[in-house]
Amino acid sequence: MSLELRDIHKHFGPVRANDGINLTVEAGTMHGLLGENGAGKSTLMKVLSGFHAPDSGEIILDGTQIRASSPQDAIGHGIGMLHQDPLVFLPFSVIDNFLMQSPGGLRLNRRSARRQFEEVCERFQFSLDPSASTRSLTVGERQQLEIARLLWLGARVLILDEPTTGISAPQRVKLFATLRALAEEGMSVIFVSHKLEEVEELCQRVTVMRQGKVVGHAEMPTPASQLVEMMFGAPVQVEAAQPIELGDSLLRVKDLSVKERLLSIEALSVDVRAGEVIGLAGLGGSGQNTFMRAVAGLVSPAGGEINLDGKQIAGLPYRDLLDVGIQYLPAGRLEEGLVQGLSITEHFVLSNPDTPFFVDWDTAAEHAATAVTANFIKGRADSNAEELSGGNMQRLLLAMLRPRLRLLMMEHPTRGLDIESANWVWSQLLKRREDGTAIIFASVDLDELLRYSNRILVFFSGKVISEVNASDTDVEELGFLIGGKVRENQ
Amino acid sequence: MSWMRPLGRALIPIIGALAFSILLLLLVGANPFEALGLLVKGSVGSAASLSDTLTAWVTMVLAAAGLVVTFRAGLWNIGVEGQIIAGSIAAAFVARTVEGPVAVMIILTMLAGIVGGGLWALLAGVLRVYGKVNEIFGGLGLTFVASSLATYLIIGPWKRAGVASTGGTDPFPRDSWLPTSGTLRVSIVAVIVAALAVVAVYFMMRGTRFGLRLKAVGQNLRSAVLFGIPNKRYLLLAFIIGGALAGLAGTIRVTGFHHKLVSTPSGAHGYLGILIVLLAGFEAKWIAPIAFFFAAIAVGSSQLPLQMGVDSSLGGILRGVLVLFVLLFGGWQARRAGTRLAAGSAPPVETVILPASPGGEG
Repeated sequence: MSLELRDIHKHFGPVRANDGINLTVEAGTMHGLLGENGAGKSTLMKVLSGFHAPDSGEIILDGTQIRASSPQDAIGHGIGMLHQDPLVFLPFSVIDNFLMQSPGGLRLNRRSARRQFEEVCERFQFSLDPSASTRSLTVGERQQLEIARLLWLGARVLILDEPTTGISAPQRVKLFATLRALAEEGMSVIFVSHKLEEVEELCQRVTVMRQGKVVGHAEMPTPASQLVEMMFGAPVQVEAAQPIELGDSLLRVKDLSVKERLLSIEALSVDVRAGEVIGLAGLGGSGQNTFMRAVAGLVSPAGGEINLDGKQIAGLPYRDLLDVGIQYLPAGRLEEGLVQGLSITEHFVLSNPDTPFFVDWDTAAEHAATAVTANFIKGRADSNAEELSGGNMQRLLLAMLRPRLRLLMMEHPTRGLDIESANWVWSQLLKRREDGTAIIFASVDLDELLRYSNRILVFFSGKVISEVNASDTDVEELGFLIGGKVRENQ
Repeated sequence: MSWMRPLGRALIPIIGALAFSILLLLLVGANPFEALGLLVKGSVGSAASLSDTLTAWVTMVLAAAGLVVTFRAGLWNIGVEGQIIAGSIAAAFVARTVEGPVAVMIILTMLAGIVGGGLWALLAGVLRVYGKVNEIFGGLGLTFVASSLATYLIIGPWKRAGVASTGGTDPFPRDSWLPTSGTLRVSIVAVIVAALAVVAVYFMMRGTRFGLRLKAVGQNLRSAVLFGIPNKRYLLLAFIIGGALAGLAGTIRVTGFHHKLVSTPSGAHGYLGILIVLLAGFEAKWIAPIAFFFAAIAVGSSQLPLQMGVDSSLGGILRGVLVLFVLLFGGWQARRAGTRLAAGSAPPVETVILPASPGGEG
């Protein structure tokens, strides 16, 4: 079944997640959709599979325009999507999940469904027990269940969104074999990923997206360097970060391990010196944030040592670390950084450790108004946090930082910000180096990583696979490393 | 006008609920205006009825003031009724065992109620914070326990001499009764305590760092962690304060109204506190007038069956419908605000009309 997307637009407020996307997928092919985090891939696929209604644009299936206003509609047209986190009902049994979306009336025909489920499983050599509890399944097995269900519902276009996150290597091999078999049967497979290697292995054609737009198509095989350039933009002339005299060793992390549901960090060691800027590169969810949260005391490490100025800090809660000069700014500015329903003044009062028990609101409002002006926040002291734009939320968060810090950690300092705000953010951050504050930040913006870091740690599935000096590398090499590949010798 | 908005928020649902009740009265064939007239007369028409209304008002105000604190912290303290019972048991214990002059007894019984209610709420808090038991279920469960405990005491260890009756214990010694004047049933001490409590909560939520941090915890537990707020401690403190005020209400019920321990000392006024706080939009300043309205309906509607043959449940219906109208109206407003916000900002913001129950501690 061939598929064509014409001029798809999808906005979320001012954010143009999809900005005029055109895409054609031939029947019987595996089509890769590449792009870094936030490029708009997932949004596009959600539009295609009926989760989001597009603002404008057409979806054409075998020459006929279709309108999918819900996932149920989409699967009716033969479009099925396998989500990054498989959408299964954990308390249900495997067979009940399988039957979840089954068409027809009130009566469920369990017996025939079970037979059909077993047929599908046999065809693809899935070993799933229909009466097992879904909770007992691994992520890979949940995917298999979802694939079986979508095929049974008549999917002829199968969308997979980052399907290899969180599954084991043998399960990946099995998944790829299944996808190949499906494509041979004439099915169209759209494979969304930012892992170059997998796209190279599977796909015949690739479409690359960046900032909500399609930046190019390529027939495979295409040299990875070309794909990297399309994903991250042409290598920009990067001005080196102003050199600064680095101080003594400040933070020493030794053999840190953290266990989380989808990811574990093992034996991670790193030393950071006062005034140093460390960039954390890697695909989203490769362990960068987990590492920073462990250092900040927001997740508890399973083992290892964390020393600040020679003092052991592992296991201390964040509020104690705040007092020794560690601060952490999350990516979710409104979700985790600010408090909806509270005004800017109230935020400043909350963030000030010296606030007396009885708050003097008049003085607080004056202070807040001064800070609003000084930090170029577009808003008033009595504006609520949720009324601010993303850039102004970030300005507010920076303005609330403690005046003297030893270590500042940030997730995506400039994500979604315009150039002016982004530059302002970095000018504020770099100023702090002069007091000997070390900065650790995670970013997917390679230019940002190269421009401001002294060193860059590249994360891949919970490990630091490479540590490079920012001045010794370039966008291309970094792109390779992030995709889990080391550049071939030239 | 800044005061028009909350006024409108309160008035529109009240008019809607009144219209609905009038319709209901017409349907059962009663004269709605006669019924409403009786409601007013029965609640504020005489010194005696006003005094009864104030008695109910005191319980509602105390329960509601405590609930403002817990609700602001994002905790659905449905166990308030149990905390009132726990407070009245503790006060009854003191009233039965300690002897002293009236002033001393007032202070001691009130302190006992505060401790009893606070500890009972702390139990729900510990279950919530450390046991991951949702406070709604924990609170409901503990209410059953408290009410069974009261019944057990009444027919067991504290039973009346000679006859064990579920009607209550023997009356407390006179010195433990809250002083009243003349034949009126309301105690000025109770009214003052309730008024002080609501003023204290108002200033605590508005003027102190504690109140602000509590709001932050209630609105966004994850952000609160990053502001360095010890959120577990704050959640537990919110429970304790809410429970202490409920326990105080329990004390006043037994020392100022029943003069003995009964199995349902609160007269279910604690649950009404929940509705009052919802109506007040979690603002302490609206509690006193709304509670007065509720108390008036509760006391006034008891006249209806005698005078008109209309069931007194009309009062309950009026209150219930009122709350539904308020929530409906609030939801409608939030939806309008929501669409307005979504048009002007990145990922659609979910507008909070009620405090979100926190998902877990970070």
